[in-house]
Amino acid sequence: MTDSATEPFDPDDRERQKAQEQRLRKPWEVPRGWRYWSAVNNSDVGLWYTTVAFVFFLFAGVLALLMRTQLAVPENDFLSADTYNQAFTLHGSVMMFLFGVPIFEAFSILILPQLLGARDLPFPRLSAYGFWCFVIGGIFVCGSIFFGAAPQGGWFMYPPLTTSYSEGIGPDVWLLGLSFIEIASLAAAVELIVGVLKTRPPGMRINLIPLYAWYILVVAVMILFAFPPLIAGDLLFEMERAFDWPFFDHTRGGDPLLWQHLFWIFGHPEVYIIFLPAIALVAMIVPTAAQRPIVGYGWIVLAAVGTGFISFGLWVHHMFTTGMPGISLAFFSAASEAVAIPTGVQIFCFLATALAGRFVKSVPTLFVSGALAIFVLGGLTGVMVAVAPFDFQAHDTYFVVAHLHYVLIGGMLFPVAAGIYYFYPLTNGKQMSERSGKWAFWLMFVGFNVAFLPMHFTGLLGMPRRVYTYPAGMGLDLLNLVSTVGAFVFAAGVLILLFEVVRPKKNEPYSPRNPWSAGTLEWLAKMPDESWGVRSIPLIKSRYPLWDQPNLMADVDAGRFYLPDAEEGQRETLITSTIDGRPMQCLRVPGPTFQTLWAAIFTGGAFIFPVYHLYLPALVCAVLAGFAILGWLWTGTAMIPEKPQKDVGLGLTLPLYASGPKSVGWWAMFITMIGDMSAFASLVFGYFFFWTVHDDFLPGPAAGPGLLWPAIAAGLGLGAWALTLLARHCNRRDQVLGFYLSLALAALLTVACSVALFAGPHLSGLDPTTHVYPATVWVLVLWTLLHLGAALIMLLYCVARRAAGRMTAEYDIDMQNVGLYWHFMAITLVVTVAVIGGFPRVA
Amino acid sequence: MTVGSLLIWALVIGLALYVTRAHPEAHGVRSARWLIIGGGVVFPTTVLTALLIYGLMLIPELRATGDIDRRIEVAGEQWWWRVRYPQENGEAVELANEIRLPLGERILFRLSSPDVIHSFWIPSLAGKVDMIPGRITELVVEPTRTGTFRGACAEYCGASHALMNFQVVVMEPDAYRDWLAHQATLARAPTAEQARRGQQAFLANGCGACHTVRGTPADGRLGPDLTHVGSRLGLGADALPNDREALIRWIGHTGEVKPDVRMPAFGMLPVDELAALAAYLSELE
Repeated sequence: MTDSATEPFDPDDRERQKAQEQRLRKPWEVPRGWRYWSAVNNSDVGLWYTTVAFVFFLFAGVLALLMRTQLAVPENDFLSADTYNQAFTLHGSVMMFLFGVPIFEAFSILILPQLLGARDLPFPRLSAYGFWCFVIGGIFVCGSIFFGAAPQGGWFMYPPLTTSYSEGIGPDVWLLGLSFIEIASLAAAVELIVGVLKTRPPGMRINLIPLYAWYILVVAVMILFAFPPLIAGDLLFEMERAFDWPFFDHTRGGDPLLWQHLFWIFGHPEVYIIFLPAIALVAMIVPTAAQRPIVGYGWIVLAAVGTGFISFGLWVHHMFTTGMPGISLAFFSAASEAVAIPTGVQIFCFLATALAGRFVKSVPTLFVSGALAIFVLGGLTGVMVAVAPFDFQAHDTYFVVAHLHYVLIGGMLFPVAAGIYYFYPLTNGKQMSERSGKWAFWLMFVGFNVAFLPMHFTGLLGMPRRVYTYPAGMGLDLLNLVSTVGAFVFAAGVLILLFEVVRPKKNEPYSPRNPWSAGTLEWLAKMPDESWGVRSIPLIKSRYPLWDQPNLMADVDAGRFYLPDAEEGQRETLITSTIDGRPMQCLRVPGPTFQTLWAAIFTGGAFIFPVYHLYLPALVCAVLAGFAILGWLWTGTAMIPEKPQKDVGLGLTLPLYASGPKSVGWWAMFITMIGDMSAFASLVFGYFFFWTVHDDFLPGPAAGPGLLWPAIAAGLGLGAWALTLLARHCNRRDQVLGFYLSLALAALLTVACSVALFAGPHLSGLDPTTHVYPATVWVLVLWTLLHLGAALIMLLYCVARRAAGRMTAEYDIDMQNVGLYWHFMAITLVVTVAVIGGFPRVA
Repeated sequence: MTVGSLLIWALVIGLALYVTRAHPEAHGVRSARWLIIGGGVVFPTTVLTALLIYGLMLIPELRATGDIDRRIEVAGEQWWWRVRYPQENGEAVELANEIRLPLGERILFRLSSPDVIHSFWIPSLAGKVDMIPGRITELVVEPTRTGTFRGACAEYCGASHALMNFQVVVMEPDAYRDWLAHQATLARAPTAEQARRGQQAFLANGCGACHTVRGTPADGRLGPDLTHVGSRLGLGADALPNDREALIRWIGHTGEVKPDVRMPAFGMLPVDELAALAAYLSELE
């Protein structure tokens, strides 16, 4: 298992190493038996996550085959209209929400620590929680079709079809089931951002980060800004469905287009959220194939960031046919074409790297070439539909179906297949067969083009999307039949690929270490790998350390770098500074637990019971989920170490505890609150959207929550904020009385603030079901009240922590993070008050 | 645009094959950098700018709403089309599920929806425009040749979205004027005995609660106007051809032909009554 080069000659040293390895292995052990499912380590959770995402992919793929069977011949009755409409809705939703985004998060959870030479991600339990949420929500959404209760409004769920004109629980399954999964996605995004920023190896400055990590950073930040608008939209939507608040009902001042805006502000970046990580895989495979560093590292990073930015300015091109003014068409048409430029830069960087190096062919590069051929065509049709007059024809036809599959399958599925072949040895130490890889590739490549190329023509001939049948004799018959045949050939290729993945390989030899002669850290892994990830955490001086740093692998294996040991039997990894990769802390990460599973189950209950209008069980679940999460925080976070610092090797001593901006928890809180702010901003956007689009939105100065109560609420809330900061200050100075007093007062003011905020719209008799204006006011109030509730719990948590001796003047992570939360709380409160109380006066 | 796309595609793929297969050996980094700048930045920026300017120049022409010869109002409803032709005398002729246009006139469609979002699309004549509840959207069409074209709903609008179609007939202006004048007249009284029984059945079974047949007591507004239904090219928003057999099937089995349609099936009526209804309706030319 170990190379001879890694064996030290000194027998004492050898003994010492053996002992180190034994101590290191212990805390990182994977639990056995049924306790296996309590694992939280990234290599286990990442593997489950990836597997489950692929199961959902297969499910959605089968739905696609059913649809293709229905469309094989005109006027077919293989599927009823109802079933077909459920099938295409679920196909889109599952591919996007349960495969496209999660597969990247799953894969990144699996691979990121390896890439960064870290032992684990900073919040392993958060990953596990996200995974369990994903499983529960995914099964709930997918399962609905077996009861004929699946949503059938399309993956875009446009109201009013899905509000006033839908019977049954389908839309609720979609809204609540997927909101639940979106929260899991956000959890993973927070985890990955902090992972890239803080758990890099010493010396890995920001300009040495592997490209994959750069892409993860960009994409995770995009998730942070893209998903919250959808969550806000889901909230409005569910309030309308469950309680008749008329956000999208035009008879009561609402507007169905608000949903389209919120949906596509999410939905367009979503495409790039799916696409960029796959390009990240290519960015790892191409340099290895060319056996040289990437050409244009800076270009790629800038292009990835640029794509991320521009992708937020394109959403309206999904709405070109809603009859908007020419100036909007021009702006969004220009932005939609502009996004082709950074994408082109990335592709040309890969070509340039291949040009500059000696290119070695393999199954991964075969898939990458196929991806290029397909994606470039999809990109070009994308530019075509970005030209508004062309889009007036192509929009909502099979032309767009062809375009989006060229982009997503070429830009995502083929690179993922390449990534599977490339990274497979890291999961179990074996390699996949080249022969079956070629078969899978050619079947997929040919099948894909046979299936989707004809759709360009069916679309231009006038076949709209989402039709369960079409009339004979319009020139569509043959094209559709060919597409169906192609779809089955494509599916055969996918099956071969997946079979090769799961095929037992017990009797096959282990792969050699670093089988592709790659240059990045993940290939330090032993075959098979140890669950500690990396034997010792190396000092990095290059973008491709395995190529440029001589003897690196042997030194890592011999434990000659940081953290080669686990003297205290704890799981530990290094935290470094964000920009220059300076070691800052030795972070203890928590081990296996079932708490996260329970938390996920109860959170699931809180989301799933409301689908059936079972609000009491939902409330009970929400409370239980709250307790489960509090229990998990209480027992697993901000633990006071037995000593303030420890020797991590190479003569370096690092603290075991850090709070405030130095701690990963503070970063996680900050990033989470950025996401929270963008959801809140979307609700405020809704208010002003109604105000701009509808002249009669504001009912006049008399009605509304008034200025008095909101202003009182703002005053009380800001008081609570100041007291929280005072409490933080007292805690730091160890002024116990001052600490408890100010926290207690802050808690009281929080309650009083909530009451005052509620009193405004309540006492002025605003009824949210009468018109969209009161509904919008109430939803902002509701949002702020929920946050005040969370703030109150946090204040009390800090009191309890200090009383239990789990928080002290020095070890004050909790207080620091709650203080940070309150900054955002204050912003939320002030903006809410300004909008509901102040704005009607100004307008 | 298509040719341009294919050319660019061939160039990129050719380049990829060149660097990976034909000449996999190492080339200079300098040329590689030029490739990024030239292929990734300069070339696409130039092409896209030209394309953008061209695309934007097309828009005003497509959307100019001045200089209109005629207005037609269309409402998309689950799952059929209500079509109104405003007349010079201020009244409008209301028809359904078929649109006729005079050759060479600029026509402004005013589009709306009373229920869910639909999208009005005649592929051969113009791009599509959505029909959104609470709004009126507009589309300008100027047909340049006579003929029959197919139109469809392009926005998913529920169970029978696939069956929400219509036919568009572009006619010579004179023929159009005659046609519209005829459509504006009241329904002709049934002549054949079977058709007379059909009319009685029509009124007795309450069909008039939803359908209008101008000149009779039937004045319902929920469903399509049937005053001249016999003259149309298709039935049920072009779900069936317009003949007696199809009429019988439609009236007897609405939900089978068109899932979730709001018109109840009248399959419980005796066969000869259905036949009489069909006879009556096909006489309404």
